[in-house]
Amino acid sequence: MLEELIISGFGGQGVMVMGQLLSYAGLFEGKNVSWIPSYGPEMRGGTANCSVVISTDPIGSPIVSEPLSVIVMNRPSLDRFEPALRPGGVLVYNSSLIDRMPTRSDVRVIAVPANDMAAELGSGRVANMCALGAYLAATRVVSMDSIAESLKEVLPARRHNLIPLNVKALEAGAELAK
Amino acid sequence: MKQVYSVPKSLQPRSTHYCPGCTHGIAHKLVAEAIDDLGIRDRAIGVAPVGCAVFAYDYFDCDFQQAAHGRAPAVATGIKRSVPDSVVFSYQGDGDLASIGAAEIVHAAMRGERITVIFVNNAIYGMTGGQMAPTTLVGQKATTAPFGRQKEHCGSPLRVSEMLATIPGAAYVARVALSSPGNVAKAKTAIRKAFETQLAGEGFSLVECLSTCPTNWGMGPYEAMSWLEENMIPYYPLGEFRTPEGGPNNA
Amino acid sequence: MAERKLFKGNEAVAEAAVRAGCRYFFGYPITPQNEIPEYMARRLPEVGGLFLQAESEVAAINMVYGAAGTGARVMTSSSSPGISLKQEGISYIAGAELPCLIVNMVRGGPGLGGIQPAQSDYFQAVKGGGHGDYYTIVYAPASIQEMVDLTMQAFDVAETYRMPVMILGDGVLGQMMEPVEFREPAPREVPAKDWATTGAKDGRAPRLINSIYLQPEALFKHNLKIAERFEQAKKNEVMCEKAKTDDADIVLVAYGTTARICRSVMDRARAAGLKVGLIRPITVSPFPYDEIGEVARTAKAFLTVEMSLGQMVEDVKVAVSGAAPVHFYGTTGGVIPTAAEILERVEEIARAEVRK
Repeated sequence: MLEELIISGFGGQGVMVMGQLLSYAGLFEGKNVSWIPSYGPEMRGGTANCSVVISTDPIGSPIVSEPLSVIVMNRPSLDRFEPALRPGGVLVYNSSLIDRMPTRSDVRVIAVPANDMAAELGSGRVANMCALGAYLAATRVVSMDSIAESLKEVLPARRHNLIPLNVKALEAGAELAK
Repeated sequence: MKQVYSVPKSLQPRSTHYCPGCTHGIAHKLVAEAIDDLGIRDRAIGVAPVGCAVFAYDYFDCDFQQAAHGRAPAVATGIKRSVPDSVVFSYQGDGDLASIGAAEIVHAAMRGERITVIFVNNAIYGMTGGQMAPTTLVGQKATTAPFGRQKEHCGSPLRVSEMLATIPGAAYVARVALSSPGNVAKAKTAIRKAFETQLAGEGFSLVECLSTCPTNWGMGPYEAMSWLEENMIPYYPLGEFRTPEGGPNNA
Repeated sequence: MAERKLFKGNEAVAEAAVRAGCRYFFGYPITPQNEIPEYMARRLPEVGGLFLQAESEVAAINMVYGAAGTGARVMTSSSSPGISLKQEGISYIAGAELPCLIVNMVRGGPGLGGIQPAQSDYFQAVKGGGHGDYYTIVYAPASIQEMVDLTMQAFDVAETYRMPVMILGDGVLGQMMEPVEFREPAPREVPAKDWATTGAKDGRAPRLINSIYLQPEALFKHNLKIAERFEQAKKNEVMCEKAKTDDADIVLVAYGTTARICRSVMDRARAAGLKVGLIRPITVSPFPYDEIGEVARTAKAFLTVEMSLGQMVEDVKVAVSGAAPVHFYGTTGGVIPTAAEILERVEEIARAEVRK
C-alpha cells in the first residue's frame, strides 16, 4: 500500500500533530513512514502544511506534490491543494471554517464541521482529531488503535489526561465518514 | 656565584626573529616568567595570532595552536572548554585583536571566558609592513595613511582596554607599557595577575601592552621608546581598568 | 533489533553525533538547521559535554579548531550562508590536519538566498570549500537512517584521515521525520592522537597545531601529505548505491533528497516499460567516478538531477568520460523537482537516445 497525504491549515490548528500521529501509527504497524513540514515564515500564523507518506515499500520522495489524500482545515488550504489531489483521492475539509464547497467531482469529498464538533465535545483544540477521524474511516490507512497509541508518543506526558477526549473526537469524526 | 637572573624555563633557548628594538621579546619573556612563577608550563596552551607573533610557538616551551587572523579568542575558547584544567593564553597584536578579531575578543570577554589575552598594541600593522591599525594615533603616519591618520576619514583610535572593561565578564583588564624598566616591572605584575585571574576561575583577563615598532615607525629603538611614552601613553593611559576585586568600572 | 523511533533529521544527526562520542558543539543559529544546536544545548550537558552558541559562524568554526586541536570530538552545523563563513576555519582545520564534523543543511543561494532546500553548495562542499589545496570527506545521505549511520562513523573517519568530514544535507533532510534506529558502526582502528595539545605534561615535548609553512618546499610537502591521506580515502571510503543499473538504458544520477525523488521516477519509468536505473553517490567527495564509469560501459544515456543549475553533473561527465551523453535536469532556489517533471525528461531522452 501507498498513501501520500497533505494536511494543511493555519498554524495552531494542529496539522503537524495530525501528520506525526499518522507517522507513528504507521511505524507501529511496521510500515515505512515519512513526515515533512513546510517550514518558513508561514509557520508563524500563516498556512502551514505537512506531507505524510505511509508505504509498505521503501519511500521515494517524502515530498508530496500530487497527493492521494488531502485534509484541509482552512480556506487557503482548500484553494491550494484541491487542484493537486489525484483523481479518486480523498478530500477531507473543515466545513466549520471553509465557506465554499469543494468543486472536484472525481474525488471523495468528506465535510467535517470540525470546530463545531470539537466545541460540542468541550474543547476547540480537538477539531484536528475530528478531521483525522473522518480521514481514517475513509482511507483505513492505519487503525484507530494505532493512532490512539501514537497519542502517547506525540502528546507530552502532562497532556496524557487528554487522550480520552482526543479518542472521542477521532471516533466522532469517523462516524461522519462511515 | 649567586645567580641573579636566568632565561625563563618556559622560553626555548633561541634568538627571535623580531626586529631590533621590538618589544615582543620583552612581552614573551614576561609571559614566560609568569608561567614559570605559577608553575603552569605543563598546563599552558598558547594561541598564536596572525601578525609578527605568528611564530610565538617557536619561542615558548609549551603546547601551542596557531589561529586564523583575529580568531585566537575563539580558538582559545575551544581549547579551554574542552580542556578546562588547561591554562590558555592568546597573544595578539592590534590588527588581529582590535580590527579583524574585534567580535571574537568582545564575545570572549562577554562570556567571561577563562583565558588570558596578551594584547600587544604598537599602533601599527607590523608583519604586513606598516599599515594603519585601529589603534594608530591620529596624525600618525602609516603606509595606508601616508598623510597621517585623519579623524574625519577613519575615526579616532580604539581604546580596547577601556571598552572591554565595561563588559561584566571581563575580570581583569590592565594596560601597561613596555617602555622603561619601571613600566616593564609593572607589566610583569599585571601579566601575572591576569594568569592568576584565570587560575582562580574569575573570568576573562587581558593585559594590553603598549609596544614599539621601530621598523615600521621609522625610528631607532630609543627614539621609539620615547615616542611611545610621549604619544601613546597620553591617549592610552596606563593602569588597571578592571580587577576581580572590583576596578574603577565595576558596576 | 534496536527500537525504531521517529526522528527529525536535524535531531537525528545531533543524537547520532552524541552517540559517536561528540562532546563539544559550537554553532550559530540559521534556518533550516536550528534544531541541531537546540538539541545539543539540551543533550550535551546530559553526557558531560558542552554546547556553546558562538558570536558568529566564523567564531564557531574557530572554536571547533581549538577543541579539535585538543583531541576532542567536536562538531558544528550550519546552512549555506553560514557554511560560507565557516570556510576560513575549515581551510585552517584541513591545513592543521584536525578531525571534526561539519553539517550543512543546504538552502538556496547565492547570497542570503532563501530557506528552502537546495543542493547548490555542491561545488563548495566537494572541491575543498575554502582556500588552498585540500579536500574534505563529504557524505550525502538520502534518508534520516542513513544520516544517522554516516554520522555514527564520521568521527572515526575524520580521525583516521585527520581531516574534516561534512554531512551534506538539505532543508528536506533536516526537517523531515522518519523512523531511525541508532546502530553501532563497524569498529575501526583509529590512530592515537599523538598530536593533541592538552598541556606538555610528564616531560613530553610541546606540541603545535599549525597550518603555516612559509617555505614553499615545506608547504609543498605538507600539502602532499594531506593529499596522500585523501588518496587513501578514495581507495577506502567511496560509497555509492546502484539500483537497477545492470540492464538500464538510461541511468539517473542524483544524491540526497533528489535521489529519493529519482527512485520514484525510476519505478514509474520501469512500470511504463523504460529501462531506467539509478546511481546515488553517498560520498560526493571522494566521488564514485569508477562506479559511474563502470555503468557507462553499458548505459545509453545519463541524466543527472540536482537541486542546482548543474554542479555534480560536471563530475558525472568526468566519470562517464564521453562513453554516453550526460543530460541534466535541475531546479534551483529552493524549488524541489517533481517526479513528473523528471519522468518527462526521461521520456524525452528515451525518445532521442534509446529508440534512435
